[in-house]
Amino acid sequence: MDLFVTGFQNTLILFFISAIAALILGTVVGAMRVSPVPAARATGTLYVNIVRNTPLTLVLFFFALGYPKLGLPPIDFMTAAIIGLSLYTATYVAETLRSGINTVPLGQAEAARAIGLTFGQTLSLVVLPQAFRSVIPPLFSVLIALLKNTTVAAGFSVAEAGAIRANLSERGEPALVGLLWVALIFVILVAGLSVLQRYFENKWRVAR
Amino acid sequence: MTSVLFDAPGPKAKSRYLGFGVLATLVVLGILAFIIIRLIESGQFTAAKWQIFTFPLVQRTILEATVATLSAFATAAVLSLVVGVVLAVGKLSDHKWVSVPCYWFVELFRAIPLLILMMIIYYGLPTIGVQGISPFTAVVAGLTLYNGSVLAEAFRAGIESLPKGQREAGMAIGLRKSGVMINILFPQASRAMLPVIISQLVVILKDTALGFIVTYNEVLFQAKFFGSQAQYGSPIVPAAMVAAVIYVGLCLILAGIAKLVEKRLSHSKKLAGPVVPAAPASVDIQGGGA
Repeated sequence: MDLFVTGFQNTLILFFISAIAALILGTVVGAMRVSPVPAARATGTLYVNIVRNTPLTLVLFFFALGYPKLGLPPIDFMTAAIIGLSLYTATYVAETLRSGINTVPLGQAEAARAIGLTFGQTLSLVVLPQAFRSVIPPLFSVLIALLKNTTVAAGFSVAEAGAIRANLSERGEPALVGLLWVALIFVILVAGLSVLQRYFENKWRVAR
Repeated sequence: MTSVLFDAPGPKAKSRYLGFGVLATLVVLGILAFIIIRLIESGQFTAAKWQIFTFPLVQRTILEATVATLSAFATAAVLSLVVGVVLAVGKLSDHKWVSVPCYWFVELFRAIPLLILMMIIYYGLPTIGVQGISPFTAVVAGLTLYNGSVLAEAFRAGIESLPKGQREAGMAIGLRKSGVMINILFPQASRAMLPVIISQLVVILKDTALGFIVTYNEVLFQAKFFGSQAQYGSPIVPAAMVAAVIYVGLCLILAGIAKLVEKRLSHSKKLAGPVVPAAPASVDIQGGGA
């Protein structure tokens, strides 16, 4: 039972830190992709296209096994997993946000420009707040995917929920039961996120 | 490029954007240069570390691993499309005893992490006496159950997004429920949902990499194997790069095919499609009447 507690604690830590980092980075990249500076647009597009077409397993593979070989200051697996998950999820957040920006009526951005707001102000004060509301359902899908993706980190020996199996089978307990418990708890966690999604959807419904 | 988010830049803004552009480029180049210098300094580009990839045997193994990845992808893609269609139809069924289990099936398998699903199949099932689970079966079964459920949702959304008149018209000309579904609703829904289906296929392709953890012999698994060959200086970073190039290439090819198919379909839609406005049709009828 202890194992489950520490395992899921690590799952949740991974999830929350990566979620916040991915949201911030994703917003920045999303803004870069609609910005007036061509170089920033190109960078954002390149980053999103490359990372989105790479399996998460490979991203974590690089950070967990490749990074230590680079002779940089060593980081523990937990940090490596957080960096990998954040970099990967940020691309999805960026794409979701960009589609959200497209759903904001043209008049909003035009009005903002008409009263003399700069690009940064238009985006941060007028467009993004509305875009965020309209992308809550897909954004939560991205977060749910992130929650489930934390298990991939288990393959690279971060002691979190997915790694419980390895521990249990070392103690000779039936692997199936342990795995089913892990699956069940994930179902509950995902259901929790869905409830949260519905709450935010109702709270921030766009009145148009 | 025109955008509603900013005005067309004047001469002053143009020079300012140029400044930002140079700055952004410098920052990006700086980061890239840092990474590359780190890679060089830690000797990742020395010939010794890449030598292993010059052997024909190694190249053939990588090719075989790519084929293994592709075969797992193809099998899982076809199966999950089938499962997705069946589940979507099941969820839309009028019979409670069909729709309720389908609903829970989809919800359950969408919520379980794919890796856990694969582990349950690969490590869990043999302990209760199910024999003959190869890594390939585990990967394909896991991918099918998960992506089938996701695709079921996509198909259902597509069918429900169709105008009600389509179904009613089908009923009116005397088709049975199955006939309406197969001949009328489904073709339109799958066309409308094509982008979602394609992006899900890319997800399947990427998720085959999870097979690495249940020891399926695919690209990443081989990459790790070659990456840990000590006599070639453990070229794990070069191996990761090779794997990355393979995956990104495959995904881009898939996305390219998807774009082609989409173009084709949207073209044929214009010819025979349901979105032809009603006006010409009614004119036609009147013309025929007169």
